[in-house]
Amino acid sequence: MEQDPAIRIKGLLTQFGSNVIHKDLDLNVRRGEILGLVGGSGSGKSVLMNTIIGLRRPNAGSIEVLGQNVDQANSATLKWLSSRWGVLFQDGALFSSLTVRQNVEVPLKTHTELSEHACAELAEIKVGLAGLPPDAAHKYPSELSGGMRKRAGLARALALDPDILFLDEPTAGLDPIGAASFDSLVQELQRALGLTILMVTHDMDSLYTVCDRVAVLLDRRIKVGTIAELMEDSHPWIAEYFGGPRGRAAADARRRVTDGRKT
Amino acid sequence: MATAGREAAARLTTDRDGSQLRLLFAGSWTTANLADREAELDGTLNRRALAGVERAVLSLDQVTHFDTAGAWATLRTARRLRDAGVEVAIEGAGADRQRLLEAVEQTEPAPSPPRGLRFPLSFLANLGKLTLTLGADARALTGFLGLTTLVFLRALLRPSRIRFTSLIHHMQKTGVDSLPIVGLLAFLIGVVLAYQGADQLARFGAQIYTVNLLGISVLREMGILITAIIVAGRSGSAFTAQIGTMKVNQEIDAMRTIGLDPVEVLVLPRALALVLVMPLLTFYANIMAILGGGLMVWVLLGIDPAAFVRQLHQSLNVEALLVGMIKAPVFAFVIGLVGCFEGLRTGGNAESVGTQTTRAVVEAIFLVIVLDAFFSVFFSVIGV
Repeated sequence: MEQDPAIRIKGLLTQFGSNVIHKDLDLNVRRGEILGLVGGSGSGKSVLMNTIIGLRRPNAGSIEVLGQNVDQANSATLKWLSSRWGVLFQDGALFSSLTVRQNVEVPLKTHTELSEHACAELAEIKVGLAGLPPDAAHKYPSELSGGMRKRAGLARALALDPDILFLDEPTAGLDPIGAASFDSLVQELQRALGLTILMVTHDMDSLYTVCDRVAVLLDRRIKVGTIAELMEDSHPWIAEYFGGPRGRAAADARRRVTDGRKT
Repeated sequence: MATAGREAAARLTTDRDGSQLRLLFAGSWTTANLADREAELDGTLNRRALAGVERAVLSLDQVTHFDTAGAWATLRTARRLRDAGVEVAIEGAGADRQRLLEAVEQTEPAPSPPRGLRFPLSFLANLGKLTLTLGADARALTGFLGLTTLVFLRALLRPSRIRFTSLIHHMQKTGVDSLPIVGLLAFLIGVVLAYQGADQLARFGAQIYTVNLLGISVLREMGILITAIIVAGRSGSAFTAQIGTMKVNQEIDAMRTIGLDPVEVLVLPRALALVLVMPLLTFYANIMAILGGGLMVWVLLGIDPAAFVRQLHQSLNVEALLVGMIKAPVFAFVIGLVGCFEGLRTGGNAESVGTQTTRAVVEAIFLVIVLDAFFSVFFSVIGV
């Protein structure tokens, strides 16, 4: 039997007034996989992510994260859950009055009783793991570029070595080189820390290089599979998405990289 | 309950065999568990325990959960042992944990934060910085005054440049909508003035002069000041917040690229609306304050409305009213100017909208009171 999934969504219904966003949506995220979440603008990707992490209540259906029902969780369970997941918001959502290191220390101080010194050293390790230069630790978010803010946000999301990492458009707004290095960073961290990652993205290259499977939000529900499986799908949106010029270019690039490795 | 006892605690056993020390890590070495073991870990590394140790082996064989915090603890232990001259080997890490150990080892510690200046110097440095910014601010505001005046004059020559919809909208927002609060506060100020005046003047048996005191102080000073302070807090701050938000949103930049002048589109209608509305508000505030004061002297001193009006008529002349009213458009222009100026100076983030709004209100009220003092001196020199 398959291991318990990290996230299990059953029959999710989300609606704003009469506007139905998700209906009968099911999704399982396996432990240790990187799942990319894609969908057209306004299809409710961010809403889905916010619902999973408990920022929004589902109108119906159940969401289990690490075996705990998010919707009916009491405050102790919610606290435990929040120490087991890390969230990277689109622009980092760093606390503007704190330096990068202090930002990373916030979850450590909230959830553990580590000494000041240990918190500081662990935070510096996370800052380094996220690929920031050591002197960035004492800078304020306003002194950082967009790419560095994302890395700092990632360092904060990783502060407690979570089981699950949520990334909301991690490579949006980064230049291609920055995006590629962010992708390989995510992959490296996933391997080293054994993370489960759910990543909202539109970056074709990320989907091809990083994601094990892709979930497509379509017609208020989700279709999930590897890219190869999804390419077989007859739905016009999916065909257009992966078969369009950008999708084909990313696929070609991916093929060249893997071919290069073989020879 | 999943929260408790999900993971076994971190355990550490030490095993001494001649010159070899074996540190056996077991259980779950994760961020959550590390706090319990931090002290113990340091304890095993004291000088006495390490006397005569030449080799140490850190064994990770029996660790069930291991994360960066565990890796950090392991590496720190290894580093301390090495510093004490002990040869260190790490065993049983496995490929995954080895990779994690390497990743953690590669991160460099952050340099210590830059040191600030110490007390007497830091005070002087701050004072200097503040003085410089104050000078720069004053210059920038004066520049903005010139720019706005120019746009104003241009608009007077070609009235079609004025955006009337926007003008009327802001007159509604800053004028009509603030009638209740201005009226209420002016009324209460009238009550307070009359009460204090009656109290003091009664000692000389000069109660009737309470009416003079009320009339003169309201018309010349209190009416306009109260109105200006309310308008600065209510409308000046709103200008800063609106324009600041637009700035953060890059709407101002968009305007410029389309060829619209933000001063003409945003500042002119707002400042002009205030200039037009403020004299009306001031007059209204005067009436309300005198009503409040009149009610109070009637209740307190038994001076009935007819006597009140007669006394007021004797004590006041048109000049008293004009002295107050003439300040209204000036104050209005300053409040509008400062509000828009601070809005346009908003930086790129939401936080600065808040700080700029605070600054706008403080600066506007400061300037209004400074100008009021100048007006007082001016009027006393020309003998009004």
